[in-house]
Amino acid sequence: MAPKSTPASSETAFNAFNTLWKAYRDGTSDRLKFIDSFLFFLMLSGIVQFAYCILVSNFPYNAFLAGFSSTVGQFVLAASLRSQVNPDNKDEFKDVSPERAFADFALGSIVLHFFVYNFLG
Amino acid sequence: MSTAYPIPSDISPATVKNTASLLRIVALSLISGAAIASRLFAVINFESIIHEFDPWFNYRATRVLAAKGFYEFWNWFDPTAWYPLGRVVGGTVYPGLMVTSGVIYNILHFLNLPVDIRNVCVLLAPGFSALTAWATYMFTKEMKDESAGLLAAAFIGIVPGYISRSVAGSYDNEAIAIFLLMFTFYCWIKALKQGSALFGTIAAVFYFYMVAAWGGYVFITNMIPLHALVLVLMGRFSDRLYVAYSSWYAIGTLASMQVPFVGFQPVSTSEHMGALGVFGLLQIVAFAQLVRTHVSSQQFQKLLFGSVVAIGVLGFFSFIFLTYKGKIAPWTGRFYSLWDTGYAKKYIPIIASVSEHQPTAWPSFFMDLQFLIFLFPAGVVLCFRELRDEHLFVIIYAVMASYFAGVMVRLMLTLTPVVCVASAVALSTLLDTYIDPTEPVADDDTRSEADSTVTSNGSSAPSKKAKKAAAAAVSAPSKGPLSDLVAAATGSAHAGTGNITTGIFGLDSRGVVVLNVVFMLMFFVFHCTWVTSNAYSSPSVVLASTNPDGSQHIIDDFREAYYWLRQNTPQDAVVMSWWDYGYQIAGMADRPTLVDNNTWNNTHIATVGKAMSSSEEVAYPILRKHDVDYVLVIFGGLIGYSGDDINKFLWMVRIAQGVWPEEIQEPNYFTSQGEYRIDDRASQTMKDSLMYKMSYYRFNELFGGNPGTDRVRQQQVPKEGPTLDYLDEAFTSENWIVSLFPSLSYLAPHHFFRSTSDASNCICSRNSDSDFVSMSLLVLPRW
Repeated sequence: MAPKSTPASSETAFNAFNTLWKAYRDGTSDRLKFIDSFLFFLMLSGIVQFAYCILVSNFPYNAFLAGFSSTVGQFVLAASLRSQVNPDNKDEFKDVSPERAFADFALGSIVLHFFVYNFLG
Repeated sequence: MSTAYPIPSDISPATVKNTASLLRIVALSLISGAAIASRLFAVINFESIIHEFDPWFNYRATRVLAAKGFYEFWNWFDPTAWYPLGRVVGGTVYPGLMVTSGVIYNILHFLNLPVDIRNVCVLLAPGFSALTAWATYMFTKEMKDESAGLLAAAFIGIVPGYISRSVAGSYDNEAIAIFLLMFTFYCWIKALKQGSALFGTIAAVFYFYMVAAWGGYVFITNMIPLHALVLVLMGRFSDRLYVAYSSWYAIGTLASMQVPFVGFQPVSTSEHMGALGVFGLLQIVAFAQLVRTHVSSQQFQKLLFGSVVAIGVLGFFSFIFLTYKGKIAPWTGRFYSLWDTGYAKKYIPIIASVSEHQPTAWPSFFMDLQFLIFLFPAGVVLCFRELRDEHLFVIIYAVMASYFAGVMVRLMLTLTPVVCVASAVALSTLLDTYIDPTEPVADDDTRSEADSTVTSNGSSAPSKKAKKAAAAAVSAPSKGPLSDLVAAATGSAHAGTGNITTGIFGLDSRGVVVLNVVFMLMFFVFHCTWVTSNAYSSPSVVLASTNPDGSQHIIDDFREAYYWLRQNTPQDAVVMSWWDYGYQIAGMADRPTLVDNNTWNNTHIATVGKAMSSSEEVAYPILRKHDVDYVLVIFGGLIGYSGDDINKFLWMVRIAQGVWPEEIQEPNYFTSQGEYRIDDRASQTMKDSLMYKMSYYRFNELFGGNPGTDRVRQQQVPKEGPTLDYLDEAFTSENWIVSLFPSLSYLAPHHFFRSTSDASNCICSRNSDSDFVSMSLLVLPRW
């Protein structure tokens, strides 16, 4: 999951955030960081769409829902992929190899975008 | 290692395994065959006909789909329903059922098998019941093992609680929905167990199919989030849960919005908000977990925990705020009526008037589930013993479904699968214990030693313990009685397990229990067959009774009248009847109706109710305003058919009263003692009402001028029968069940035949839709 949006209200929290960031940078493989950057992009995209919906208009509501669901769905699928390929979770996902995880991710995305495309209107 | 009975020892494990899987396949196909066959009573006893009320609409819609194609069906506007309003059918149906049979129809025709669409519709439910058995097998297999799965499949295949909605001809949404329900749950469990996005996606796709097929999809929408929520609250959050839930929810919700009838509801109504809330919660928790793996400082953990709770509370309050602002639709009346059984009667009489929305009577639990109902709690308790994530699902499902089944008769249908699963788990555990040939050793020295190991491991069930010990001794993981058998047969494995001292000794103690179980199972089969053939296989369009000599007498008044309408009236003749018969009139007579079983417009129904319950002078202008040409009345007083309009009359009054409280008042229809009577003592309002007049018009002539006896209400009608000034009798069917009254001045010849008086033992099935005498199961033996 994307390393942000921690509520940094107090100074201790800010310090904690720094240590977190450091720990993340040091302790995460490049492959996971790559997925994380994709997640971060999806989150930004979702925020922009949501802001548009609230500030401007939700007029083609189905189109907004399709776009927003696309980012949310892609986000959770990618996050699932991330946790499945994370070596820390190896004993959690005994039946899911990294290759299988990617195939699942691809299939889930295809199904998701089939519905997104249908709902765009 | 001694065994209670001899076991062949020269079989290789591979042979046992292959034989077992072959036997499983054979058993499953036999179960499918039994499931289909026991649903064919309706076709054999009667004919291949669509049953009851709603199926007639589904059938009619399917015919449009098959004849004109999918796009025509999707855009179908039906001007003959809800005359003069019409109905946009494409946007107000769950199209899954029609599309399913449309696809089957087209495949069969592509293969040059010219099967009639009616037969596809009639046999769809039995076909899907075989799939349900399979899905239940898969589901139960995840709970325990294959043998429990087979038992569950056999139970669901023939249990009356499910058969009641899926006999041949019962072409309703539930026919395919239970399969989809079970399969979605199976995929969910599988996704949760493996942490697989693939199964999450499959669950979402089947969830979509379910949404397209039945309004009961809301049950899934809330069951899965509830399960996830309980897991999180129990501290059982795992990345597998995250993967399974997120992939199911993200895809499933978007998919469910593709169904026009559902539309934006998944993001705007309270029923769906739980799923969204749990989705949000899981994101937060997963994120917190991830952060926790990177930072381990105590202070930070606290901060994290605080922020998770804060976000949760914030989300909850924003939900309340949005509901208050009207962005999220509040709970609907149907939902409230699930918590307060009196709610519907007070506020939405149209829902309360449907007999299948009444609270369930106790006997019907036994009737529908027989011995499963008392095995069911045992199975749920057994789920607590292992309490893996999937067992929690069964427990939650059992609690929720038990409650709902108690509130509403029709929700018995959602209870039935979990009853089958839990009972199968219980029964198969019992059989595992008693068929297991491992003979305990009755040696005092080893007993004390073994006892200490038992207590130290803290296992509550000795036999399970024994099996575990045996399993531990074998190098391969033991699963089910079969592999125990293999292990026992191969012998060597049990060299170190001589310390089993608790268990079942000898063949006799085993035999008693196993024979009892076999006896119960056999009795269950007899019960199911009897209930199915007697109570649940009546089409209710065609009734059966017994002649004095024991032969079957078919009462076919409904079709007689509908075909009379079809043959003798102009195509655009509008027929007014109570809403129960709307779909049948549209389906069989092909004439416009004022109201039908869709019941979307309460006012329109109340208008019909008002016309029926007012005097002729008041009713006539209403009839004229709605272009009514014929009024159709169902009257069972002559042959004792209790689901007739006089019995439903009070609901017409109540629904009309809801809209015109000053013109129609329910107390006026009772006698001064508060009785509902139709004889001399009936109130004047009652006697003046159009419904009363039409029902008893010329009734006495049948009895040679003497006061006739109403056989449903066991009362004598007044000596002077009612007279009609504005309407006239056009047609009365053979047994007087259906009468038609033209409201305009033209007069059609009326024919009726004196019915034979033996036509009394009529099998009135459970579902005479708004039968205020509740669900009277009038099953009288037919032989």
